[in-house]
Amino acid sequence: MIAMNDMLWIMPAAPFAGFLVLALAGSRLPRKWIAAVGAGSVGLSMFAALFAGCSFMSAPPGMHAYVQVLRTWIDVAGFSPKIAFYLDPLSVIMVLVMTVVGFLIHLYSAGFMRDDEGYARFFAYMNLFVGSMLTLVLAEDLLLLYLGWEGVGLCSYLLIGFWYKDEVNGYAARKAFVVTRVGDTAFAIGLFLLYSNLGTLQIQELMYRAGQQWAPGSVLAVAAAALLLGGAVGKSAQLPLQTWLPDAMAGPTPVSALIHAATMVTAGVYLIARTHVLFTLAPAVQAAVAVIGAATLLLAGFSALVQSDLKRVLAYSTISQIGYMFLALGVGAWSAAIFHFMTHAFFKALLFLGAGMVIISLHEEHNMFKMGGLRTQLPLVYRTFVIGALSLSALPLLTAGFYSKDLILWEVWSSKSGGPLLWAAGLAGALLTSLYSFRMVFITFFGEAKTKAGGKPGMSMSVPVVILAVLSVAGGFVEVPVHFFTGFLAPAFPPVQSANKAAGEIILQIIAGIVSVSGIVLAWFLFLRSPHYDKTLSQSGFGSLVHRLWFAGWGFDRLYDVLIIKPFLWAAKVNRDDFIDLIYLGVVWTSAGINRFLTFTQSGKVRWYVTGVAIGAIVILGIVVLL
Amino acid sequence: MTAVPVEHGLILAGALFVLGMLGVLVRRSIIFMLLSVEIMLNAAGVAFVVAGSRWQQPDGQVMFIFILAVAAAEVSVGLALAIRMYHKLKTLDTNAAGRMKG
Amino acid sequence: MNDLFYISAVVAVISTGIVITKLNVVHALLYLIVSLLAVAMVFLSLGAPFVAALEVIIYGGAIMVLFVFVIMLLNLGPEHIEEKKQYVGGQAWLGPVVLAGILIAELVSVFVRGGGQVAGNVVIEPKQTGIALYSIYLIGVELASMLLLSGLIGAYHLGRKDDKLDAGEDGGGQQ
Repeated sequence: MIAMNDMLWIMPAAPFAGFLVLALAGSRLPRKWIAAVGAGSVGLSMFAALFAGCSFMSAPPGMHAYVQVLRTWIDVAGFSPKIAFYLDPLSVIMVLVMTVVGFLIHLYSAGFMRDDEGYARFFAYMNLFVGSMLTLVLAEDLLLLYLGWEGVGLCSYLLIGFWYKDEVNGYAARKAFVVTRVGDTAFAIGLFLLYSNLGTLQIQELMYRAGQQWAPGSVLAVAAAALLLGGAVGKSAQLPLQTWLPDAMAGPTPVSALIHAATMVTAGVYLIARTHVLFTLAPAVQAAVAVIGAATLLLAGFSALVQSDLKRVLAYSTISQIGYMFLALGVGAWSAAIFHFMTHAFFKALLFLGAGMVIISLHEEHNMFKMGGLRTQLPLVYRTFVIGALSLSALPLLTAGFYSKDLILWEVWSSKSGGPLLWAAGLAGALLTSLYSFRMVFITFFGEAKTKAGGKPGMSMSVPVVILAVLSVAGGFVEVPVHFFTGFLAPAFPPVQSANKAAGEIILQIIAGIVSVSGIVLAWFLFLRSPHYDKTLSQSGFGSLVHRLWFAGWGFDRLYDVLIIKPFLWAAKVNRDDFIDLIYLGVVWTSAGINRFLTFTQSGKVRWYVTGVAIGAIVILGIVVLL
Repeated sequence: MTAVPVEHGLILAGALFVLGMLGVLVRRSIIFMLLSVEIMLNAAGVAFVVAGSRWQQPDGQVMFIFILAVAAAEVSVGLALAIRMYHKLKTLDTNAAGRMKG
Repeated sequence: MNDLFYISAVVAVISTGIVITKLNVVHALLYLIVSLLAVAMVFLSLGAPFVAALEVIIYGGAIMVLFVFVIMLLNLGPEHIEEKKQYVGGQAWLGPVVLAGILIAELVSVFVRGGGQVAGNVVIEPKQTGIALYSIYLIGVELASMLLLSGLIGAYHLGRKDDKLDAGEDGGGQQ
C-alpha cells in the first residue's frame, strides 16, 4: 500500500507540469501532442484522485484526513505558513468532481477547439486552471488556498478573454476580474483579521482556535465570517456581485462549462463549507448566506426565463443553482450543498457542452430563436441535452438533480435556521428552473428548423457528453437510497440542526416533484403548444417592462454604472490634470527656480565667491553672537 | 613676565584677519589677493599662538607650524596659477578669468 | 613686555592696512614684510620664541621671496600702476568695508565675553613644541609633508612653459 500522505502533491503538480510544457514549448508541438499533454496531465491527476478516493474509502485514515506537508513557505516572526495538502472527505469529493469533469471537458476541448489557432495557449491556460483549482481545494493553509483562489481568478480572466482580438471579450474579461476583485479584497482582509486575532492561517487549527476563543455571535466572529462571505459571494457570482458571470460567457464554451459552471464558481461554496465553524459562530452571517442564496436563485431564475442567448440562459441558471447551494449552506445543510455542487457540476457541464456542440454546428450562432428543430439534425446532442435539462429541472426519482435539490429543500424546511419562507423561495426557484430549462429545450430542439446544422460532432466530443449524461442520472444514487454521500461527508461536518420535523420528507418530495413536472408542462404549453401567450404577455405594456428588466439581469449593471462607474469616471475626468501630481510638479518648479537662482550666483568672478563666503561667516558668527 | 589679556591678542588676530579679507574683497589683481590670503592665514596663526599661550601648552605653536606648511603649499600653487593666467590672459585681473560661470 | 605686545600689534595692523591699499605691488610686499616682522614680535611677547623665529624665516623670508620672484618673472614694474588705479576706485571699497566692519564687530563682541584670561605668562620652549610635534601630532606632520609634496608637484606642473597644455585648454574652452 502506497502511503497516500506522500502522493497528494501529484494531483496539482500534474496539470502544472502540463501548463509548463505547453507554455514553453506549445507553439512547436504538433496538435495531437498538445491535446495529449493537455488532457493527459489532467487525466493523470484524475487517476491520482480516484486512487486517493478509493484508498480513502477502503481504509479511512486517522483523523479522517491525509496531510502532506511539502515545505515551509516563509518563516517570519512566528508566521510560518506551510505548503501543505489536506485531503478530508470534503476535499475528496471536490477533487474527484474537479478532475473527472475537468478531464472530460479537456477531452471535449480537444475536438471543440480543433481549428483554433490558440490551441496550445488554450490547453496551457486550462491546465493552469485545473492546477490552481486543485491547489485551492487541497490547501491545508488559508494562504495557500488564497494562492489557488487568485490563480483560478487569473485563469478565468485569461480564458474569458481568450479570443482577445474582439474588444467585447476583453471587456467581459476585465469586468469579471474587477468584480471578483471586490470579493477577493474582502477575503484578503478577512485573512488579515483571522491571523491577527487567532495567530494562524492553518485551517484546522484556525477552526479549533476560533471555536475556543470566540463566543458565538461575537463581533470578531461576525466580522471574519462576513469578510469571508464577501470573497465567496464575489467568486460564486451571488448577489450583489453576480453581474460578471453572464458576460463571462464570452469565453470558449468548454471554459464556460469548466470554470463558470462546474468548478471555479463553486469555490465560494467550498470556502464557506471549509470554514463552516466560523459561520456557525456567526449566526447572523449564516442567515445572510441563506437570504443571499434565496434572493439570488429567484432573481437569476427570472432573468434566465427571458434570455435569448443560449449560453446566457445557462449562465443565469448557474447563478441560480449556486444560490441553492448558498441557501443550503445558510441553513447549515453543509452536506446537501456539496451534494448539489456535485450533481450540478455534472449536469451543468453536460448542458454547456451540449450547447457548445449546438453553437459550433450552427457556426457560432448563440441566439436560441434562430435555432429550432435540431431534434432530428443532432439526435445525440438532443438526447443528452434533454437529460441534462431534466436533471436541472429535478425530474423526480430518475435524475441526480432531483435528489440533491430535494435534499436541500427538505433540510431548509426542517433546519432550525431555515423555515417555510426560505423553503417557499426554493420551491418557487424550482418551478422557475424547470420552466426556463424546458423553454430552452423546446425553442432550440423543437419547432421548425431555421438553420441547417453543420457537421456532426466527433468522438472526442460525444464521449464526454455521454459520460456526463450517465453521471447526471446516476450521480443521485450515491445518496439515495443508502445515504452513502452524506455518510461519507459526516466526519467533516456537524449534523443539520433539525427542528421542524412535522411534515414528513415524503410529502415535501411529492410537492417538489409536482412543482418540477408542472414547470415542464407549463413550458411545453407556453413555448411549444401555444407560443402566442408568451408573445402577447411579453408585448403588453407591463409585460414588456418586466421582460426588459429581467433580460438585463434586474438592471444591476445599470445600477452599478450609475452608482460606481459614472462617479468614478466623473472623478477621473475632473482629476484629468492630476492635482496630486501638482505637488510633485511644484517640487520640480521649486528646484528649477532654485537652480536658476544658484546659476546666477555662479558668475565666475572669484571676488563674488569670496563675498559669499564672507557673508556666510558673518551670518554664522552673528547667530553665535545673538544667541 | 607681565601678561597680556587674551582678548587683546584675539582682537589683534581678528583685526589682521578682517584686513586680509578686505584685501581679498577689494583688490582684483591675483597677486594682491594671494597676499591678502597670506595675511588671513597669518592672522589665524596669531589666534592659535595666543590660545596656546593662554593654556600654556605647545599645541598652539604646533598648529602654527601646520599653518605655515599650508601657506607655503598654497602660495606655491597660487603663484604658479598666477603665472599661467598671465601667460594666457595677459592680465592679472581675476574678473577676466570668469569664463567658468554657470 | 606688555608694551612690546601693544606697539608691535599697532605696527602690524597699520602696515597690513597699507598692504591692501598700496598700488605698487613691490611696495605692498615690503609693507607685508614689516607686518610679518611685527607679528613675530607679538609672538615673542606672548612667550613663543620658536614660532617668532619661524615667522621671520619662513614667512618673511621664504614665502615673500617667492612673491618677489614671481613679480620679477611677470615684470610688474611701475607701468602697471596706472592700470591698477581703475581697480581701486572709491565705489569698490564701500561694500567690503561694511562687511569687514560687521565682522570685526562680531569678533570683538565674542572675544570680550572671555573675561579676564591672560596669555604670555610662561615661555614655551622650542623643545616642548618639538616633542609635541613629533609625538601626538606625528600624523599631522605626515599630512603636512604630503600637502607640501602635492604643492610642489602642482606648482611644477602649472608653472612649466608647455604649449601643449595651453593648446589643450584652448581646445576645451573655445570651441
